[in-house]
Amino acid sequence: MAVSVNRRGAPADPESVEALELELLLEAIYRHYGYDFRGYARTSIRRRIAKVMRDEQLSTISGLQDRVLHDASAWDRFLQGISVNVSAMFRDPHFFLAFRRLAIPLLRTYPFLRIWQAGCSLGEEAYSLAILLEEEGLYDRSLIYATDINEGTLRQAREAIFPADLMQKYTQNYLLSGGRRSFSEYYTARYEYAVMRPSLKRNIVFSQHNLVSDGAFNEFNVIMCRNVMIYFNRELQERTHALFYSSLATFGILGLGAKESLRLLPQESLYEPLETGEKLYRRIA
Amino acid sequence: MMRTELIAIGTSLGGLNALLSVVRQLPRDLSVPLVIVQHRGVSQDTSLVDLLQQNTALAVIEAEDKTPLKPGVVFVAPPDYHLLVEDRQSLALSTDAPVRSARPSIDVLFESAADAYGDAVVAVLLTGASADGAAGLARVKLRGGRAIVQDPATAECATMPAAGIAATAVDYVLPLERIGEHLLSLVDGTRV
Repeated sequence: MAVSVNRRGAPADPESVEALELELLLEAIYRHYGYDFRGYARTSIRRRIAKVMRDEQLSTISGLQDRVLHDASAWDRFLQGISVNVSAMFRDPHFFLAFRRLAIPLLRTYPFLRIWQAGCSLGEEAYSLAILLEEEGLYDRSLIYATDINEGTLRQAREAIFPADLMQKYTQNYLLSGGRRSFSEYYTARYEYAVMRPSLKRNIVFSQHNLVSDGAFNEFNVIMCRNVMIYFNRELQERTHALFYSSLATFGILGLGAKESLRLLPQESLYEPLETGEKLYRRIA
Repeated sequence: MMRTELIAIGTSLGGLNALLSVVRQLPRDLSVPLVIVQHRGVSQDTSLVDLLQQNTALAVIEAEDKTPLKPGVVFVAPPDYHLLVEDRQSLALSTDAPVRSARPSIDVLFESAADAYGDAVVAVLLTGASADGAAGLARVKLRGGRAIVQDPATAECATMPAAGIAATAVDYVLPLERIGEHLLSLVDGTRV
């Protein structure tokens, strides 16, 4: 069997070749398409790229780079495969329960609420928030900016159509989150799909925003970004937190995922938790 | 000599007793980190951490985003997240789709551990009711690491260990009560 040899004469490590191919792919995508995944934590993006390679029936990352650079439809599939985050309505019900209990009383004191749901994916959390605000009587003075890197995902989010078989799980989450009505009031079942009630969309603006490269675009009372930054490396997390801090009004509220925290970040001392253990923070400085 | 720098263990929902048995056999001064994925229901709280902590001299913590790896500490996957070994310094979480219906998935842990640690990882597959972990075990072997599987004849549910044995040439098939001792000899280098 032939053994590939590098310049120093030692057998090439296939792992380091693959690591090199990955860096080259991310660099090529950044330069050609402007999407910057270079600050993404490598393990998860490698898994996603491996999945795209299986779907494309390619055996090397270099092969994928070739295809993605020369075939626009392959690029679309790549972006979809790399950037879609999986969420659920009222994911981590206790978070939404805490939001009702701790954040809503503070938010009632404002005449108008601007909310940024960053990394909204298919809109699960934006619609959850809309439902919660509606039940708390605040939705008509709220505007939710739901942003995502991926325009295709945003199109789906605007349609607000979800597989019907998820509704049982979502209903359970909704009830655990302190929901006050019947969750079925919020959607219409059509065959194997559930369509969210159109009035829920009235104060949601779905728009494209890239946390890696785009800047602040408004001042918000609430920023929610849950389980998005877990895919970022430390440096990119710090930059994203700097963006959130500069986009949040004083005493504005930041919501993070259950296993994320501000610990050891430069912004740590600029926030205080609304309650120990909950991933809801208030900007205090 | 092969060095052992990380132990990764996987088991399914019914594997609590097996898990407790293994961690009980490990001393406080274990010189490597131990990372565990147990399939769990989404709504389960952190009681797995408490149960493990009551049964081991090692510190037990539930992994968070980018939790640093430390020797002598047991890291447990939180419910509804995949747990990955990001590199030799830290762990990572993901909410990517379930793998083989499981999140956390044992395959995801083992594969990422194999990629990060190469031949310095020992993966242990215990009792369980699915084939999750088998592909991960094969990746560990491919990268030169070692694989220990609970003897299916002694497992509460043989499906998972049997799938592991079928997937790759595992190094040791052992009854539960001998797994801890084997791990220790791999860590201290008296066994390879």
